[in-house]
Amino acid sequence: MAQPAAQAAPQMQVGSDVMIELSGVNKWYGQFHVLKDINLAVYRGERIVICGPSGSGKSTMIRCINRLEEHQRGKIVVDGVELTHDLKKIDQVRREVGMVFQHFNLFPHLTVLENLTLAPIWVKKMPRKEAEEVAMHYLTRVRIPEQAKKFPGQLSGGQQQRVAIARSLCMNPKVMLFDEPTSALDPEMIKEVLEVMVELAQSGMTMLCVTHEMGFARTVANRVIFMDRGEIIEQNTPEEFFNNPKSERTKLFLSQILHH
Amino acid sequence: MTDETVTTPPEETRKPDLPPPITAAGPIAWMRDNLFSSPLNIVLTLISVYLIYKVVPPVLQWAIFDATWTFPPEVVTGDRPPSISDCAPGGACWLFVRARLGQFMFGFYPDPERWRVILSFALGAIGIYGLLGGPAPLKRHFAIFFFVAFPILSFWLLRGGLGLTPVPTELWGGFMLTLVIALVGIVLSLPIGILLALGRRSKLPIVQLVCVIVIEVVRGVPLITVMFMANIMLPLFLPPGMDVNVLLRVLVGTTLFVSAYMAEVVRGGLQAIPKGQFEGAMAMGLGYWSMMRLIILPQALRISIPGIVNTFIGFFKDTTLVSMVGLYDFLNMVKAGYKDANWVGVEISGYAFCAIVYWICCFSMSRYSMYLERKLHTGHKKR
Repeated sequence: MAQPAAQAAPQMQVGSDVMIELSGVNKWYGQFHVLKDINLAVYRGERIVICGPSGSGKSTMIRCINRLEEHQRGKIVVDGVELTHDLKKIDQVRREVGMVFQHFNLFPHLTVLENLTLAPIWVKKMPRKEAEEVAMHYLTRVRIPEQAKKFPGQLSGGQQQRVAIARSLCMNPKVMLFDEPTSALDPEMIKEVLEVMVELAQSGMTMLCVTHEMGFARTVANRVIFMDRGEIIEQNTPEEFFNNPKSERTKLFLSQILHH
Repeated sequence: MTDETVTTPPEETRKPDLPPPITAAGPIAWMRDNLFSSPLNIVLTLISVYLIYKVVPPVLQWAIFDATWTFPPEVVTGDRPPSISDCAPGGACWLFVRARLGQFMFGFYPDPERWRVILSFALGAIGIYGLLGGPAPLKRHFAIFFFVAFPILSFWLLRGGLGLTPVPTELWGGFMLTLVIALVGIVLSLPIGILLALGRRSKLPIVQLVCVIVIEVVRGVPLITVMFMANIMLPLFLPPGMDVNVLLRVLVGTTLFVSAYMAEVVRGGLQAIPKGQFEGAMAMGLGYWSMMRLIILPQALRISIPGIVNTFIGFFKDTTLVSMVGLYDFLNMVKAGYKDANWVGVEISGYAFCAIVYWICCFSMSRYSMYLERKLHTGHKKR
């Protein structure tokens, strides 16, 4: 697929401080054990790609990080804030963690600009004018400033996903979560979204991406995590992960997605 | 496969866009397509034409051509009051409406004070116009006017006091009373219904239980029963000596009744909002109320417009049931007119007039809702 040509920029350094820490995280849907004892530390500036077969718990795991899903056992700490039932802490985490969804989840009744300014105005209490300037800045960064006055329903899928990325960036997040951002897109639109994501990675953003775009993983990831049946099976640098997978399940998975 | 076939062909080799063929144009083509397209369609068209021929001319004959519109000279000069005998038999007797229009509109509201009713409804009309169709930058001002200033002002204007002659609610009646009940019900039922709907979907079990009970109990009981209960049972729960006005009791009962229906209509709209919208809002750190107010409700209410207006129209007509607890709403006021010995036998004209007035009100609401749906359409329905 898309192979964005990018060399690791100097600001792509990984910090030594832990940004997100999951320790002993378990989650059940009814009787079904979705996450089994997940331990993961994400360092500041790190870019992690999470892959695995469907139903392996990868989406559930990143959705636990901003509490769209609740974990039942274990501990999740995001930038020093532990996620508990405390709504204030949940809001605090959500303000610092941006999320991009498979189906964009733009608000169809608002224009693109209003989609972008909504959270800065109502969550951060930013003056409208300033929020609009910030919004236009990020729209320019994702290369669609001319669509600001349109409604999401009038844009192509790729444009909508870029708006969704810009919308998250408007909150100036410390971490970005991507939940299969290109899975719902037509092939010719995947590239434009990946390009934006690569640029974001180069700017030093801490990123967790659930994706099967292996080209993207090779280009920007520091670490690739393979999950299966609720467990982290293997994690490694992209070169090692792709060229020298350790577990049988990883090998099987890679052979399926790389030679279809 | 050569290289040329892969690249886009140059402009001149591309086939030009042609206009669509002109096969259907003009009245004959239209009739062929819409009235006589199949044997069944031909039969239906002929039956319809026959029915129209049988029904429309006699109705027009009765309501317009054979109807009596003007008073005889001795009534105009004031020598005697008008009566049914001034009307030609076989046609509508619009004299009845003309003679009693004041009462139909204002009930027993004293003549010299009726300007207050007109003024307060004019204020209401301005408020509604500003809120629904007026210039966008002034919306906030209109909202404050309509939801705060207008109720206080019109309460003062209608009720009197503070320099105005007091008019007790027992004298209110006719179309004015119908409008008061309908407006209070319509304006209050939407917010109460929204709260009940949100409560019913709440994760807090107590809130959910209370809302379910309120909705199901009120909705499971006929409106007349609610009104009788409001009229007879409400005083039992109040401290002795505290008398609550009949109209107020009826307003509480009817508002609660429409709210329960509204709650279910709104819940239907909420159900239709994809989970992703909630997640998108939550992921940005919006709290529950901001999320509902800014993201979920604007979409849910837009979807619910047909159901909401349907409820409003149904309720507008149900206001006639207040006659059961002794209030003289529009219909009851017209009915009271027949009891006059001068107007015995004028029922059909009276009911026809009522029907026309109710129809105009309900049809305007219906048209307005369709306009609103078109206006709020932002192109996302296509997907």
